[in-house]
Amino acid sequence: MKIIDAVHVFFDYMRKDENDKIEEISPALSDMNLEIEKGSFVCVLGHNGSGKSTFAKMVNGLLLPREGSVYVADMDTADDELLIKIRETAGMVFQNPDNQIIGNIVEEDVAFGPENIGVPTAEIRDRVDEALEAVNMTKYKDRSPGKLSGGQKQRVAIAGVMAMKPECIILDEPTAMLDPKGRKDVIRTVRELNKRDGITIVLITHYMEEAVDADRVVVMDGGRVVMDGTPREIFSRVEELKALRLDVPQITELAYELRKAGMPVPCGILRKEELEEVIMELLFEGDKGSCDSTDTDGTEPDLGTDGTEPDLGTDRPEQDLDTDREDKSEGACQ
Amino acid sequence: MSIKAEGLTYIYQAGTAMESYAVRDISFETKDGEFIGLIGHTGSGKSTLIQQLNGLIKPTSGKIYYNGEDIHSEGYDMKRLRQRVGLVFQYPEYQLFETDVLTDVKFGPKNMGMSDIEAEEAAKRALKLVGIGEDFYKRSPFELSGGQKRRAAIAGVLAMDPEVLILDEPAAGLDPLGKTEILETIARLHRERNNTIIMVSHSMEDVAEYADRIMVLDDGKLVYFDSPKEVFRHYEELEKMGLSAPQITYLMGDLKKRGLQVDDSVGTVAEACREILRLWKEKEEKSAE
Ligand SMILES: Nc1ncnc2c1ncn2[C@@H]1O[C@H](COP(=O)(O)OP(=O)(O)OP(=O)(O)O)[C@@H](O)[C@H]1O
Ligand SMILES: Nc1ncnc2c1ncn2[C@@H]1O[C@H](COP(=O)(O)OP(=O)(O)OP(=O)(O)O)[C@@H](O)[C@H]1O
Ligand SMILES: [Mg+2]
Ligand SMILES: [Mg+2]
Repeated sequence: MKIIDAVHVFFDYMRKDENDKIEEISPALSDMNLEIEKGSFVCVLGHNGSGKSTFAKMVNGLLLPREGSVYVADMDTADDELLIKIRETAGMVFQNPDNQIIGNIVEEDVAFGPENIGVPTAEIRDRVDEALEAVNMTKYKDRSPGKLSGGQKQRVAIAGVMAMKPECIILDEPTAMLDPKGRKDVIRTVRELNKRDGITIVLITHYMEEAVDADRVVVMDGGRVVMDGTPREIFSRVEELKALRLDVPQITELAYELRKAGMPVPCGILRKEELEEVIMELLFEGDKGSCDSTDTDGTEPDLGTDGTEPDLGTDRPEQDLDTDREDKSEGACQ
Repeated sequence: MSIKAEGLTYIYQAGTAMESYAVRDISFETKDGEFIGLIGHTGSGKSTLIQQLNGLIKPTSGKIYYNGEDIHSEGYDMKRLRQRVGLVFQYPEYQLFETDVLTDVKFGPKNMGMSDIEAEEAAKRALKLVGIGEDFYKRSPFELSGGQKRRAAIAGVLAMDPEVLILDEPAAGLDPLGKTEILETIARLHRERNNTIIMVSHSMEDVAEYADRIMVLDDGKLVYFDSPKEVFRHYEELEKMGLSAPQITYLMGDLKKRGLQVDDSVGTVAEACREILRLWKEKEEKSAE
């Protein structure tokens, strides 16, 4: 079942002068199409200005398409009467937490969302406590949100949406200002919401590492989706991503560089543990029985000095380096 | 161009029931032309510390010297200090206020007494450095995407050509290439003009790559101020403080534990690549014999 469905969406920002005359039109979405399955964890990547936040605001009904439609759980965001229901279904964490903070004290702020959608008072208490605990902000519950550090505000904003328990949560760069532990905690929390409660997660981020655990990665450019696949598929396309001003996780980057320099490292490696195994196998374990040399049979790998990619897919050593790795997308590697 | 802090302490709402310590008894001295990375958990006091360095907020106690002069001594020219010690805020929204991008970036240099033409030139140069094209000059700063706002805010400070550049998470919200471009620009200014840089960051990878020395705050206290290699050696302590080592360091650490002769203090992809390839070549040569 689809929870979000954007169909041929176009959107332009208009700048008007004092007399309401249009001075400038900047297109932000042009023919954006994206279906998101209920219960999935989708990560949205894209360079600055590619339209990610604009898309997020469409889902929340804050902006309406000039052309095309956006449906949230089959509800058309253009239908005014459905707006409240839509915002209950799809909760949003904005890019700048200051735009989101309303209450005078942290607790009130987090309670604001659930109150607004009519959650019974007794239950609000529990939800607020639970949400603050999840983002590790319980000890600040009586503070004024304006007097928190940048990262603390961001956590409060996340708690506010969690307390509404929407079916789907869209997070617009929620970890941009968090320390490494905070980043891990947020990612773990949203994964839990996804796995345990089946909440659909749409995570917009510039941290490529955060996309590794998603079910699906969507890349935007020029106001539309230009790449769509599993993390392994997407991160195998290193050059394409770089051309879109993006990158791959550092581990993937290292694997890619090693491969370029001639080591037969498979492409699309995402996690430290995977790379570790591959390197150990190539450098160490192969050494143990040095008489039955399973490694190169004298054919020197092309070191790629001419800038071209050595084709290592064909002259791999015999041993199977990657037995249980799914969707290796062999050959799709570039 | 040195900043020296002596026993800096900052308490928010001092003397009230709500009083809270943000910075506790911090002393340090920067070296001329140094690139300093400032890291610390959420709420550890980074933003509070740096706002004191250009006189924006006054320490509850302690002293700050810029080129040997106490910045809170009588008659000290605070306006001049703020031009020499440029500060880019954590949220660009706090810094952008003019009606359009170009006017906004011009504000600093004009305020320093440059003529309109000079200020405009300085602004255009700075905007170019951060990758904001002419088509954005007439836009309201509030009609920019998150990453574009950050670039504009950085340009506003660069346009004043400060001696010391303090940046509060300059790369947050930038796309990966934008991040590299901005950080490379800062690093280049640092090299070419010998600017002192203090960069607050939550990316251990970025500070490992760019900083000469890293300053680590934990709950308002300065716990380490040393080279990246030395600081990341304490990765276990860092983890307890909500920080970490760069991811690559963990990989190298594991490889070493499993018996590979690699340097496990490296923190960047390039260094790790060199280390691993060195072993690979050795092995290739051996098996060729
Ligand atoms: N309020 C606005 N008025 C006019 N143009 C806007 C406005 N907000 C965004 N834009 C423009 O629309 C385009 C898409 O912006 P959007 O905020 O969706 O990008 P984004 O992908 O979220 O970028 P970032 O990674 O920087 O947050 C950009 O070119 C931007 O300049
Ligand atoms: N205006 C304020 N009034 C009271 N307390 C404040 C105020 N601003 C910050 N604090 C508190 O002071 C401490 C230090 O905050 P600061 O903003 O310096 O942290 P930071 O290291 O920059 O954090 P972050 O990484 O989240 O930006 C925090 O515990 C914060 O809650
Ligand atoms: Mg955005
Ligand atoms: Mg801060």
